[in-house]
Amino acid sequence: MAFIDLSKGEVQCKIVYYGPGRGGKTTNLLYIHRAMSEKIRGKMVTIDTKGDRTLFFDFLPLALGKIHNLSIKIQLYTVPGQVMYNATRKLVLKGVDGLVFVADSLKVQKDKNIQSLENLRENLADENIDLKDIPLVMQYNKRDLAEANIPLLSIAEMDADLNSELKVPWFEASALKGQGVFETLREISKRTVKQVSRKLLSK
Amino acid sequence: MDLVMSKEAVAGIVRVLDEHLLRSGADCVLLVDQSGNLIVNRGDPSNLDVVALAALSAANFGATAEIAKLIGEEDFTLLFHKGKKENIHFSRVGKNYLLIILFNKDVSLGLIRLKVSKALPQILPYLGEE
Ligand SMILES: Nc1nc2c(ncn2[C@@H]2O[C@H](COP(=O)(O)OP(=O)(O)OP(=O)(O)O)[C@@H](O)[C@H]2O)c(=O)[nH]1
Ligand SMILES: [Mg+2]
Repeated sequence: MAFIDLSKGEVQCKIVYYGPGRGGKTTNLLYIHRAMSEKIRGKMVTIDTKGDRTLFFDFLPLALGKIHNLSIKIQLYTVPGQVMYNATRKLVLKGVDGLVFVADSLKVQKDKNIQSLENLRENLADENIDLKDIPLVMQYNKRDLAEANIPLLSIAEMDADLNSELKVPWFEASALKGQGVFETLREISKRTVKQVSRKLLSK
Repeated sequence: MDLVMSKEAVAGIVRVLDEHLLRSGADCVLLVDQSGNLIVNRGDPSNLDVVALAALSAANFGATAEIAKLIGEEDFTLLFHKGKKENIHFSRVGKNYLLIILFNKDVSLGLIRLKVSKALPQILPYLGEE
């Protein structure tokens, strides 16, 4: 649920990083937080974390500059990926404007990726949102593990599993090293702001 | 469900919040939506991270609503946390918004409640939730 404040000339949008547990959602936000200057980013809030598993969500606000005289404020959230935390995922999804699906490239995670995307589709449907209608970008994460000779899914296989119908932009990434993180963020921000302003203009 | 607020609407809400709540001694008043967007903030939040407060409050309120469902309550319409120096009061505004009030020990909870009940019906029309 984007919010547009005409008195300040400001748009606020909510972008949620979704995906299976341990896929690298929190790592994406940590990298963005580390790499961006304090002028652009606010404080990162990580609540309820057990070890490195998210139990509630992570939150990072960004001020991305101006488009058409409107200041763009984006709030990034992550959900807890573990299957049992679906009630929490639904809470964090409330009012979402754009989504990044962080898929795990590990071969053993093939089914987890597919299940998580299916879970996203169902949770959105409960909010009367069709996954096809909301700005979405795929991120195939942990590509760096190929060098360590760990069996990974090929990009073609991941795209066939997750993106054959949706056909949204996708990025190879290593959230740990930062590769692909900003490309992903830039694309989802662009798409989200575009959709929000399209809705604004049609009113 | 996106909310577009005109200058006039923002000014209208500011007027209501200032008149009822700041003037009654609240330190800070925030209006946020259920996705955590900060719509209006008034008072002196200079050393307060209002953006984080908005996000956490929305999540907190959402979590409490789920708890209400679990125990068979319709919903809790307000929440209150008491601290040593500062207190915080949350109340639902219509279906999709939340009013957060910070006030210190010199201000009574009863007064805040009374003022909230006066302010709410005046804020709703600006949010399209009459
Ligand atoms: N090698 C490698 N490890 C990664 C990468 N991204 C994340 N990891 C590691 O994978 C583990 C899980 O990452 P998180 O970012 O915590 O995963 P998450 O998606 O937030 O997991 P949940 O909070 O449980 O949903 C951590 O140990 C990360 O360091 C990556 O690109 N490459
Ligand atoms: Mg996490």
